[in-house]
Parts: sequence; structure tokens; C-alpha cells
Amino acid sequence: MKPAVLILHASGTNRDHEAAWACELAGGLPEIVHINQLRGALHSHRLADYQMLVVAGGFSYGDALGAGRRLALDLTLDVQDDLARFVEQKKPILGICNGFQALVKAGLLPNLVDLTGEENRIATLTHNQHGHFECRWVTLLPNPNSPCVFTRELTEPIYCPVAHGEGRFVRSEGLLEEQITLSYKGADYPTNPNGSSDNIAAVCNTNGTIMGLMPHPEDHIVSWQHPRWTRGESGRKGLPMFEAGIRYAAEVG
Amino acid sequence: MNRYARIEITATDPVAQSTLALRQAAHDAGLTQVEQIDHRTLFFLTHPNLTDQQVERICHLLLVDSVVEQFVWRWLDPSANLMTESADSATQIVEVEYHLGVTDRGAYEVKQAAQRLGLPAIQVATGHQYMVRGTLNEADLHRLAKQVLCNEVVEHYTLSQINPVFIEDMSSDGLVEQIQLVGLADEQLVRLSKERRLALNLAEMQVLQAFSEKVGRPLTDAELEMAAQTWSEHCFHKTFRAKITYRELAPQTGEVVHEELVDGLLNTTIRAATEECSKDWILSAFVDNAGIIEFDGENVLSFKAETHNHPSALEPFGGSNTGVGGVIRDIIGVSARPIAVTDVLCFGPQDLPADKVPAGSLHPRRVQAGVIAGVGDYGNKMGIPNINGAILYHPGYTANPLVYCGCVGIAPRDGHVTDPHVGDRLLVLGGRTGRDGLRGATFSSLDLDSETSEASFASTAVQIGDPIVEKDVTEVIMLARDAKLYNAITDCGAGGLSSAIGEMAEKLGAIVELTKVGLKYSGLRPWEVWLSEAQERMVLAVSPDKVEAVAELCALYNVDWDDVGHMTGEGQMVVQYDGQPVVDLPMALLHDGHPRLELLAEWQRADTPPTPTIEALDRLDHIDQNKVLLTILADPNVASKEAIIRTYDHEVHGGTVIKPMTGVENHGPSDAAVLNPVIWQTKVGQRGAGKIGYKGFALSNGINPLYGLEDPYCMAVSAVDEAVRNVVAVGADPDQLALLDNFCWGNPNLPDRLGGLVRAGKGCYDAARAFDLPFVSGKDSLNNEYVADNGERTPIPSTLLISAIAIVPDVRQTVTMDVKEAGNLIYLVGETRNELGGSILAQYYDIPHTSVPNLPKQALETARSLHGAIRQGLVQACHDLSEGGLAVAAAEMALAGGLGVCVDLHRIQTIAGSKIFSMFSESNGRWLVEVSPDNAIKFEQAMNGAIVAQCGEVTAKPVLKIESINLSIAELNRAWRGESA
Repeated sequence: MKPAVLILHASGTNRDHEAAWACELAGGLPEIVHINQLRGALHSHRLADYQMLVVAGGFSYGDALGAGRRLALDLTLDVQDDLARFVEQKKPILGICNGFQALVKAGLLPNLVDLTGEENRIATLTHNQHGHFECRWVTLLPNPNSPCVFTRELTEPIYCPVAHGEGRFVRSEGLLEEQITLSYKGADYPTNPNGSSDNIAAVCNTNGTIMGLMPHPEDHIVSWQHPRWTRGESGRKGLPMFEAGIRYAAEVG
Repeated sequence: MNRYARIEITATDPVAQSTLALRQAAHDAGLTQVEQIDHRTLFFLTHPNLTDQQVERICHLLLVDSVVEQFVWRWLDPSANLMTESADSATQIVEVEYHLGVTDRGAYEVKQAAQRLGLPAIQVATGHQYMVRGTLNEADLHRLAKQVLCNEVVEHYTLSQINPVFIEDMSSDGLVEQIQLVGLADEQLVRLSKERRLALNLAEMQVLQAFSEKVGRPLTDAELEMAAQTWSEHCFHKTFRAKITYRELAPQTGEVVHEELVDGLLNTTIRAATEECSKDWILSAFVDNAGIIEFDGENVLSFKAETHNHPSALEPFGGSNTGVGGVIRDIIGVSARPIAVTDVLCFGPQDLPADKVPAGSLHPRRVQAGVIAGVGDYGNKMGIPNINGAILYHPGYTANPLVYCGCVGIAPRDGHVTDPHVGDRLLVLGGRTGRDGLRGATFSSLDLDSETSEASFASTAVQIGDPIVEKDVTEVIMLARDAKLYNAITDCGAGGLSSAIGEMAEKLGAIVELTKVGLKYSGLRPWEVWLSEAQERMVLAVSPDKVEAVAELCALYNVDWDDVGHMTGEGQMVVQYDGQPVVDLPMALLHDGHPRLELLAEWQRADTPPTPTIEALDRLDHIDQNKVLLTILADPNVASKEAIIRTYDHEVHGGTVIKPMTGVENHGPSDAAVLNPVIWQTKVGQRGAGKIGYKGFALSNGINPLYGLEDPYCMAVSAVDEAVRNVVAVGADPDQLALLDNFCWGNPNLPDRLGGLVRAGKGCYDAARAFDLPFVSGKDSLNNEYVADNGERTPIPSTLLISAIAIVPDVRQTVTMDVKEAGNLIYLVGETRNELGGSILAQYYDIPHTSVPNLPKQALETARSLHGAIRQGLVQACHDLSEGGLAVAAAEMALAGGLGVCVDLHRIQTIAGSKIFSMFSESNGRWLVEVSPDNAIKFEQAMNGAIVAQCGEVTAKPVLKIESINLSIAELNRAWRGESA
């Protein structure tokens, strides 16, 4: 059975279709579900019926209160219990770009933060060092020492675009090195496109089932997406990460 | 008014670049004593029952990121005196906030989120505080505020703590003004038009006067405004429909040497080309909001380009932002999903001294920064890849920048319906209606002057967009389309509901109740509701039994909607406010009653240039050719635009096969972008690995105002040729190619401006016929003139943008412009002629006796042959020759490929005169092509008699060699990318 993947859509989500495409090519059964279908009067879907969750990229609610913040509020207010069970069952969750921002702001990454009590955030995502949105291709090096279910089997770097204005990862005390799953290849701009500390592009929770990343591996899943495919360079460098996630989802689900 | 909480948020880790950019902007404005400008974000919250704990909770949960920000807050009383001095005497403050009613997504989200948290329904306002260090007196501070920190069209500022403006409900008096036209003399009619800024001429006013007399009542304010919007140049294209007497005058004497009657410029040029075109894949041209062509048998592509020049001149961010939003709505309005956006921008020189900026205008740097941020904001947030564009600089654009925005959509073949029925409900979806965007259409039909930005109507004519609302509306419309829930659809653009419903009900007539229209805030008068151009609104005609289904989709996607009226079948536009009459006009008066303009156009032929002297040619032959090339590569019109292109998302949806930039370093300038819309051709779950479609399309543009300054006819044929050769260069089919025309011109009532427009129209016709191509949509923006206080007029350089969309049969058979491998051969395709008139070389050197680039010979045959060669896989790289001709094209191919290129001029037919003519001539219809030696013979055969010369090769040594040019790729890159050595 192909694992069912819930691709979350909220107002302003715009990379849900290629996330679905990537999950499909990786062997999953994706479905784009609006957050209103998981809550309230229009409730028609249950998170529990899926083996994997992808919080896709975009500009949820326009990012008017800081990237991902308003979507994070929805996650914590409306689907908190379902989400907690999903996490508890160690089902994989992937937040891409705006989804990463939302998971961080919702207190699910890199550590669990109780938003109603004392704040114990150890990291955030904020404005790029250059102060504006930027779209360019980057190379991401996987951390072989990370337990992350999406990256632990990766043997090659990921090559894919970034497209964001608030992707600078800022860490304070407490982030474990093994929680860093992907790093930009170098420290200088534009290799590190946003000025993230320690070139961090992606992090996971301590047991490795939840990952968030700023770049878009879902935009490099067929060969002609590679910017130099006309020069004979091979493509699909974003797909293995999805394949790993789907494989894991099939095992755990 | 209640007390309110003032929250100040400071970044503990501020983005250094943003701070530096502010200081730089201050220095650009001549305020070099500014040492530092720090920024704080301000929020203001108010509600009678709001508690301290609730304010803190909002701050923690919604406003402040504790890892990188800190905040302070306190209660303030609106009547209390606000602090004017800052704690630190060396620092002065400027505080800025939006005018009431300007779109403020931040405030909206806080309000919504607070409700979600179960807090009282608070009022929210936002603002910015700037802390300025440096020795500035009060006048300096005002200058800093006006020129750098605040745009008074949409914002206001104080040099102390600012008083927040909360939206408060006001009651509307529902007043409908009655205007007596009967009995007014001609000059009184003209004065009335001017006073009310109707932009209607005497003949038009007389039609309204006669109508008023016939129905025996005065007209209402809403009726006058509706007629003014419907008949505005912006909506009705009066000039392109006018009867024009066109005269050509002798060079010096001004004697009339040719005269003809142009019976409608649109019909006799642009449309005529389309009608004579033999292609059967044109599905809709000039009928809908966008042109529509066949794509793959199951899906169709729509394409439209628009301008948003006047708004962008006054409020660059909001102007370009809503320009993009508007053209995207045109595409949604033909029931298509927007899948690509394009932008072509024209600005004044970025290094213009501050004291040279015309009164009332913004500095070109500020215009450019705002326009680019606005374009990026809308497309990026909606998730539509921006894949093609251009940026041009000329002093003539200083007061009148041009902002062209294009959008492509895809829809299933029978998805779009335009068949409203009697009884259909009229549903308005999306944004709420406010006082924003009033009279935008007439505003764009007036010249700009030093006081335009201060006029009260400017602030209501310009708006800021909300792309997320438009994104949600798009999702609803796509689902409603697939479920066949509506019978007709149109977007609200210029003229707002009056124009949208007026067009939709053109045949049937409709009745509308304005109190049903959802408002951003109350207090609007009936005519304001009817005419408001508030953004992000679509109108659907829905049969009554399907309204519920539309409502359900709207609920799912958080889209607001209102049922405001219905189609009557009585042929009358009836608008009421709480049952009282506001508009009662026959549709025929609005759509057929317009008196056709009669205009005079004159074109003075250019003098025959004198034959060049031996000395002049000798002088040109002794110019340092390396220096010439480096100068041209560094010219802002040619230089790399990478820094700007990268602020746009060109990857979203993963369909961008040929990206705006290409080559070893992903930075070479692509001729055209290629998109594979596979993601929209299949549904989730049907997209298995084996089912990927390979059909795509290419987008390009052609534009060269420098040619227009010499001869608008040549500008037009060159723009068409450039757009065509760009898409052909990447592998698109020249026989499946559609064009858009966008004219930006000066005041058409002046015969010389109109003469140029007629010339350009004729050029469009001739070029389109030469390629047997159709125009499928077009638009004109006239009156791009600045009138100084002394009455002196400065028109823009007449500018024609031609956009092309062309089918790529298989995206795997496309090529990029970067050279691929040392040892490969370089071919020049096409004929090089002595065509340096208006060239980039001519901007730097005096070129005697030359012509402006004209139509090439065998244009279509050559393009077809090249396309055939590309499809056979015989072409490794291909780049069109445009600004800077052969030398610049070769340099760009080399620097993009990271390899050398060596060209031998002796192997091409050269132009008599100087060597540099052949190197920098900008003749149309030419490409440089890289071919592997193995394929040389096949390539030459495939080119089938076209003019082709094998003129060079790709070299491993990264050096460009042509004649005496001998420059390393590193040197070329430095000049082209603007890097210091």
C-alpha cells in the first residue's frame, strides 16, 4: 500500500502541487487538504488517516505577522491534539519553506515549545541577511550523524532552489548538532543564501521524525528542472529525500 | 475614543543590509549628514475591555519573535500629549503609518488572530518608527520623511509619536447628487468635465446632455462617473478607434507629401494582421480580457499584458503591485489558472542627481526599488513564477516610469463561458470595497504634473494589493469553473463594479443594489461603491440554484462574497442604493453611444543623412574596440539584471525548463523562458512518472525605445522581430506564435505624437504579416507626459512592447544561449546591414549615414529553418543578436558558457565603412548558433538557403576574440555584472 500523504493547504500556500508531485514520484499517495477540512464546520478529513504530513511552502496568510506565524496559530489551536498524536506515533512530518517556518513558530521544531507557558525557544527563522526575497539554486550537504528519517540515507548532496525572504536560521543555546540535517555548502553569500547561522538549511526534532527545511527539493524531481540540464548535468536531486520519507512512512504507518 | 496600547518592537539582530539601504537612500536624497537610521515596528491595539494580560498575550503569540526581537508597550490616551523628544538627544524620530483605508494585511491578521484566540474584537493599526542619527534640522527631517521614509500618497508621518488611525464606522448619507446638464453652454460642459475630473471631451459631454434632455431629468453623479469611466481612454481606447487624418511631411519644409485617412488604427493595423493571419489555433483575439490560443488539444493558453504607469509613478510599490494583481485577474477572468507572470520596466537613470528630479516626481532609484518590490511581492506571494522581463533606462522615463505586467493562464478547452442568463445572480467575490482606487481609469487618461501627487484624488487612485485574497479567489474560481457553477465571469479592474457589471450585462441589462456590496468600512457614497476600483474582486453570473454551491467553495477558501443583483434582460443598467435610484442608463448609450473621435496625425520624415567622410570612418576605425565592448556591456540597458531577477520566484511549480538565467554560473541572459505546465495539465493522483507531458511554451518580449526616437515604424518591426527571434532561439515554433502589443505613448491629441503612433501601428501590421502571425490581445497607455509648472511638456520616448508566446513542441528539444564545448563551430544566421540608427553604439559614438533596423529578408523562412535545426538536435547553443549586435551576443554566450569564443569577421558579409559597423550593427533577424563539427553539414542543410555563415568557434581558453577585441571572460563578466576590478 502506498502511504497516504496529507499536503496541507492554508490561505497563501502555493507550493502544495509540486510537493504532491514529489510525494507521488517518491511512491506516496498525496492529497492536498485545506486546513478548513481538518477543523470546524467544514471538517471532512482526519489527520489520523494519513501516514505522512507535508506542510507545503507559500506565504500563509501573507506572512503578515512574520513568516508562518498565523498558520502556526491554526496548527496549535485547531489541530493540536491530532498533531500531537501524529508526532507521538512517530509518523513523519515535513515542513518546507513556509511549512518549516510554521512548524518552528508552532513550537514543533526544533524542540517542543509550550506556547501557553514560559517560552523556551532555541531557534527561529527570520529575515534574510540581504533583507529581501531571493530565488537561486543551492547545494545542501546532508549530516550523516543525524537520525532524521528524511536525510539519514542520503549519500549525495541535494541541489535545489531556495525562494524565500525569511529563511535565516538563528539558533541560540540547546540545538543538538545531530538535529542539523542539511547545511548550505559554504558560509559565504550566495552559497549560504540567507546568512543562516552555521549554514543551517534544515533541522529535525530530536528523534528525527519531524524535519523542516527552507529550500525546495520538491522543485527538483524531474531532469529538466536542473538549471544546467542543457549542459548535460543530471537532475532529480531533490527526489531521494522524499523517497526516504515515504519509505519510512510506509514502515511506521 | 478609548485608550490604546502602543507596542514598539525592536530587532535584537537587525538586518544590516536594510539599515545600510536606508542610509544610502538618505544620502541619495542629498542628506549626507545622516549617519544611521534604525527601525522599530509599531502596533496599536484598542478595545474598551482589553486588559494588560491580553496585550501581552497578543505580543507573545502574534507580534514578537523572542529569539530575535524584544518589545515594550504602554497604554496611551488619545487626548494626551504625545512624546516629541526621544531619550537620546542625538537621535530624532520619524513615525509613519498608512492613511485610513489603505490595505494593511498586518493589522487585518492581528484582528483575525485575536478573534481566534477568543479575545475581544480589537481595532488594530500598524506603523513604523525610524530613529535617525546625524545633524539634521527640522527641514532636513521633513525632507528625509517625504523622500525616503514615507510616501504621502498612501502614508502620513509625524516627527513625534504618531497618533494611530483606527477604522471607525461612519454613517453614509447615501447622497446621490443630481447634475443638471440641460441648458449648459459648451464651455460650461467642458468646465464641468474638468472640475469633476471626468476627462470627457465636449462631444462626449454633449451626448450625455442630449440623453439627459431626452429622459427629462438631470443625471446623477454615479451616471456621469460611469460614463466617464466607460468612455475613458483607459477602458474605451478612443484613440485607437478614432478616425485619423495621417500626414507625412517633407524633412525640412514640412510640406505635406502624403496624406491618408486611417479609419481606426486598431482595425486597420493590429486587428487587420490578425484577421489576415492564416492560423487556426487562435481561439480568442481582442474579445475577452486576454488572448487565447490552443495548447495541447485539451488545454488552452491565455496571455495578456497591461500597464500600470501612472500609479507606479506616484506609489511605486502599490502601483506595480496592483498592476501585477490586475493582469492576473484578467487571466482569472477568462477562467484560467495564472501560471506565469512577466514584467517589463522602464525607469529614469538611477544615478540622476537629486536636484534634477522634476517637481512632484520621485527619484528614479526610489521608483525602481518600489516597483521591483511590488512586482515581486504579488507574484511571489501568489506563487506564480516570474519568468520573463526586461528593464530599460532612459532620461525620458524619469517622471513617467513604465510598468508593463503580463500574465499567462491555462484552462481546459471548454472551461471559459461567457453566456449570462436572465435571472442570473451577480456575485462579487474576494476583496471588500473601499474608497480606494476611485477614478483610476480617468486618472490614467490625464497628464502628470508637479501637483498630481498632492492632489486629493491621487491617494484614492492608488492602492496596495493583497495577493493572498487573490490566491484564495483563484482557487474558488478554478473549482467553480470545473463544476460549471457560473455562466459568466469578469474581473473588477478600472471602473470597478460599474465596468465589470456594465460589460457583463452589456446585452441583457442588470439591476444592482449597492447596500449589498460588502465594504471595508462604512461611509461610502453610492457612486463611490459603484466606481471603487478596490482590488482582488471578481464578478460571477450564477444561476440561482447554484449560488449555494459557490457559497460553499467560498467558505472553504475563506473568500468573502455578496449577492448584489441580477441580470434582467431589459437592456438597462439599473443601480439602486437602499431602493433609491442611483443609475438608470440604457446599455446601448454606454457601449454604442460614444461619439467617435477625429484626430490629426503628422509624421515628419527624417532628413537623408550626409555621406560619411573618410575622416569620420577613420576615426571610428581607431576607437579602442575593447573599450567599446566593455562600455556597452556595462551600459545599464545591457548589463546583467541578476540582482533584480533573483528577487522574483521563477521556480515555483517546478515547470521552468529554460530559466531567465542560464549557463555554468546560472547567470547568462536567456533569450526566452520555457515553461512546461505539466503540473496544471494533470490532477494529483494522475501524475505517475510515465505520464509527464513534454509540451511547453516560451515567453519573450521585444522592446527598443531608442529606435522609436528615430522612427516608430522601425521600432515596431524590430520589437516584433526581437520577440519572435527570442522564442525561436530557445526552440519554440515560429508557426505557433501569438503576439501582444502594448503601446505607451504621449498625448495623442498632439499631432506629432499621434503621427508616431500611426507609424508604429503600420510597423506592427507589416511585421506581423511578414511572419504570418496574429496579435491576440493588446492595450495602450497614452498621456504619458509630464507637464512642468512653466507648461513645458516632456513625453516619454514612445515605447512599444511586443510580447510573444509560442508553443514548444517538446521541452527536451530546447536550447540555451551559453556555449557548451570547446571546438564547436559558431554560425551567424541572418544578414548584417548598415543598421546602427538608434543602436547602443550610437549612444556613445557619432555614427554617420546609417539606418534604423528594419524588417529582415526571408524573416519567416529563416526562423522556420532554424527551428527545424533545433528540433533535429543540431544546435548546442543559440542566442539572438539585439542591443550591441554580434559583439555583445558573442560576449554573452562566452561568459555564460565559461568558454572562449573566437569570431572571424572576414567570414561574414560585412558592411562597407568601418569594421565596428559589422560588430555592433543591430540588424534584425539574426542569431549566433553553436554547432558541433559533426553536425555542421546537417545544420547547413537544415538552414535551407537562409543566410548562414560559419564565422568562428568555441575555444577552451576563456577569451573573446573578434577583430581587435581580445578580452578574457573575467573582464567581460566584470563589466557586465558591474563588479569592480
